[in-house]
Amino acid sequence: MNVMRWKQALGAAVAAAVLGGAGPALAATPADTLVMARKIDDIKSLDPAEVFEWGSGEIINNLYVRLMTYDPHDFSKLVGGAVASWQVSDDGLTYELKIRKGLKFQSGRPLTARDAEYSLRRVIHLAKTPVFIFQQLGWNKDNVAEMVRALDDETLVLKVAKPYSPSLVMSCLSAGVASVVDSEEVRKHEQDGDYGYNWLKTRSAGAGAYRLTTWKPKDAVVMESNPDFYLGPPALKRFIVRHIPEPSAQRLLLQAGDVDIARDLGPDQIKASRSNPDLRVDVFKKVNTYYVGLNTKNEILANPKVWEAFRWLIDYEGMANSFLDGYFAVHQSFLTGDMGLEEKPYRLDVEKAKKLLAEAGYPNGFSLDFLVANPSPFPDIAQSMQATFAQAGIKLNLVLRDQAQVLATYRSRGHEMAFARWSPDYLDPHSTAEFFVRNPDNSDASTNKSAAWRNAWDIPELSAMTEKAMLERDPEVRKQIYREEQKVVQKDSPMIMMFQLIESTVSRKDTSGFTPGPGFDTAVFWNTRKVK
Amino acid sequence: MRVTNWLKSQSLRAGIRTLCVQTSMFVLTIFGLLLVTFMIGRVVPVDPVLVIVGDRAPAEVYARVYAELGLDKPLYQQFLMYLYQVAQGDFGTSVLTSQNVAKDIAAFFPATIELAVTGTLVGVLLGVPLGVWSAVRKNSFLDQCVRVVALIGYSIPIFWLGLVGLLVFYAKLDWVAGVGRIDAAYEYIIERETGFVLLDAMLHGQWDIFRNFLSHLILPGALLGYMSMAYIIRMTRSFMLEQLGQEYVVTARVKGLSERRVVMHAFRNVLAQLITVIALSFAYLLEGAVLTETVFAWPGLGLYITNSLFAADMNAVLAGTTVIGASFVLLNAFSDALGTVFDPRTRSART
Repeated sequence: MNVMRWKQALGAAVAAAVLGGAGPALAATPADTLVMARKIDDIKSLDPAEVFEWGSGEIINNLYVRLMTYDPHDFSKLVGGAVASWQVSDDGLTYELKIRKGLKFQSGRPLTARDAEYSLRRVIHLAKTPVFIFQQLGWNKDNVAEMVRALDDETLVLKVAKPYSPSLVMSCLSAGVASVVDSEEVRKHEQDGDYGYNWLKTRSAGAGAYRLTTWKPKDAVVMESNPDFYLGPPALKRFIVRHIPEPSAQRLLLQAGDVDIARDLGPDQIKASRSNPDLRVDVFKKVNTYYVGLNTKNEILANPKVWEAFRWLIDYEGMANSFLDGYFAVHQSFLTGDMGLEEKPYRLDVEKAKKLLAEAGYPNGFSLDFLVANPSPFPDIAQSMQATFAQAGIKLNLVLRDQAQVLATYRSRGHEMAFARWSPDYLDPHSTAEFFVRNPDNSDASTNKSAAWRNAWDIPELSAMTEKAMLERDPEVRKQIYREEQKVVQKDSPMIMMFQLIESTVSRKDTSGFTPGPGFDTAVFWNTRKVK
Repeated sequence: MRVTNWLKSQSLRAGIRTLCVQTSMFVLTIFGLLLVTFMIGRVVPVDPVLVIVGDRAPAEVYARVYAELGLDKPLYQQFLMYLYQVAQGDFGTSVLTSQNVAKDIAAFFPATIELAVTGTLVGVLLGVPLGVWSAVRKNSFLDQCVRVVALIGYSIPIFWLGLVGLLVFYAKLDWVAGVGRIDAAYEYIIERETGFVLLDAMLHGQWDIFRNFLSHLILPGALLGYMSMAYIIRMTRSFMLEQLGQEYVVTARVKGLSERRVVMHAFRNVLAQLITVIALSFAYLLEGAVLTETVFAWPGLGLYITNSLFAADMNAVLAGTTVIGASFVLLNAFSDALGTVFDPRTRSART
């Protein structure tokens, strides 16, 4: 009896607390604060020498100033960030960079060429994943003191191993690894020669538009504006990125005004947002592409006629106009923007495919395992392809796996046919060309794991061509080389380029100025504002 | 005199023996748990190095991290090394958050406990009375209603129910706050100390945060409560039905005891079983609330472990599983102990 009474009392207390406490939610986010809903569980570190994920890439773009950056109004224009001007020597081996005056770190210290020197050398010594962006310039632990040198507070001299195309070198200086860290602050926290890594990976020491207040893994990143930012103080005092894993929840929060921008809405939700008078959908084309890789270790898939037949068995437009609307656009070459090919020669044509398959010696088709990652919309794409391939007698067995498993299998040539994606490491065509058309060693033991290697596409001539383009200093000639390569990949390769990613950012009507940019780490926050 | 002494030492010895058995069971369970989880982590076809360094890492970075993780050593050696670390209280670093795993768990576990406690409270306060009532009025209209409600709670995916709940009570009616533990506006003014938002808010007198948190908690808490209620109703009903069919109940009724007293009698006899059920459903909410945590962006342990497992972040998975496993074992021991107190048979056996 006593137990029952006690429980009743407790129940009453809880009910009272809940009823009395549950007032309505705050109507909107504070006027000086921007709240963005995004899936950010991929953030592992915020040290610019290590960051290579989507979630963290764009955060550090706003915590630090990179040596080079892009004009947020026109991302095809590479402009100086921490660098005010630069000169390339006639032999193409030495770069003299002048550091912009008046840049200030969040600590109040001025940013100098010494900080830039420390930051670049630090990347080489720490040797985290994105280090390859600098390694390809010929920098390593032994020579970096020689290759990267500050002459005085204003002048940074960089040497490169070969006379690379200057646009390639300068693009590398626009990557996350080219963020300038406050050398004095970071040195203070060095421990056992870690270049302050263990301290910096959860903090910020930059001169960017914002500084980091808190990072709670898989929960939120909170930033505060840096009034000394060189492009002017950011319009909003606080910028909060909240981890909201479920797209439907992101949409509800956006509708209720609890977030200002939602980044991960699916095609249906984007469509629904267009008819909501409180919301605005902004569309940005990204440099990311989606393609199918055919492992030519499989005898059937080594046949170029089969490659071509497959190209006629995909309903590109049908998908792009239905469940991929506002999400993917049809794109059939590996580069995007003005470097890419406009032509889209392939469409669904089952008869043509059947003819090609018959010529290849497979009039009755065959069956294949099709490896696909399970996040939406990949399974839908795979199903559409399964249906159209079946019309030509090809049975695709869908193997749906977690993203990490798909990557591990694809990277070890364990697939027959795989749906894969590509995200350039920095915005120079070489990054992508190297991935699709360079395979210097086609053996299983190769350390180069490019897409060409993964699909066992042995291309010595094209590989040489890609390496030549790296050294081409005439931009027009370079562009021509990449066009040639793209034509080969488009028409005659075991990689079927299918789509380009479109980022549809949905925001409240009063929010403007947010730009995700074309790359994975190019988003610009400082210009974001709210107007009532 | 001698007899009582003997009795005393007998019961003392029994007590010590029970304690020893319980402790060794605990250690064995945790060891088994670690072993199985460790093996699963190694069988999962995910490359843990790739998860850390990413697709684009150069070969030497890959090789270095491979060695750092100890993956070049034989499996048993990796496991022993891990046990050695754990024995020293070091669960290692999570590759996904770059934080010490113990620190991660200290951050994620309170959020889960908040949900589980709320869910269990709702489940018990509604489920037990409804279950008893439903058993007493067996096959009445009310019984049918209760059974349908329980069945729905049992069969509707909580994922869907969560979204619909958000749509109705948050987006349309604006009665409750949306997803997350507190509004973003409070994110940077809350004083963090215990990790439990409710306690922190109370300790620092931040009553608006307190209210805001309750407003965030009520929907996911009620949902989990509904799930747990559905389970508790079913179990309570069947336990009660079993008791009410017993001969002592018939005897009591024949003796002219009021129906109320009869039901109380029967209820006292199912209490021990019921406590086990409640403890288990609480333990289940500790790790089984993954979908609710996903929909409501609630940074809890279930979500943490699931994410980590997909990424083969084994330090995080092992530590998380150990915490959940330990909670299960402790709750079990606790409910056994409580059961002894409430179970009339064990009581009489002792006297």
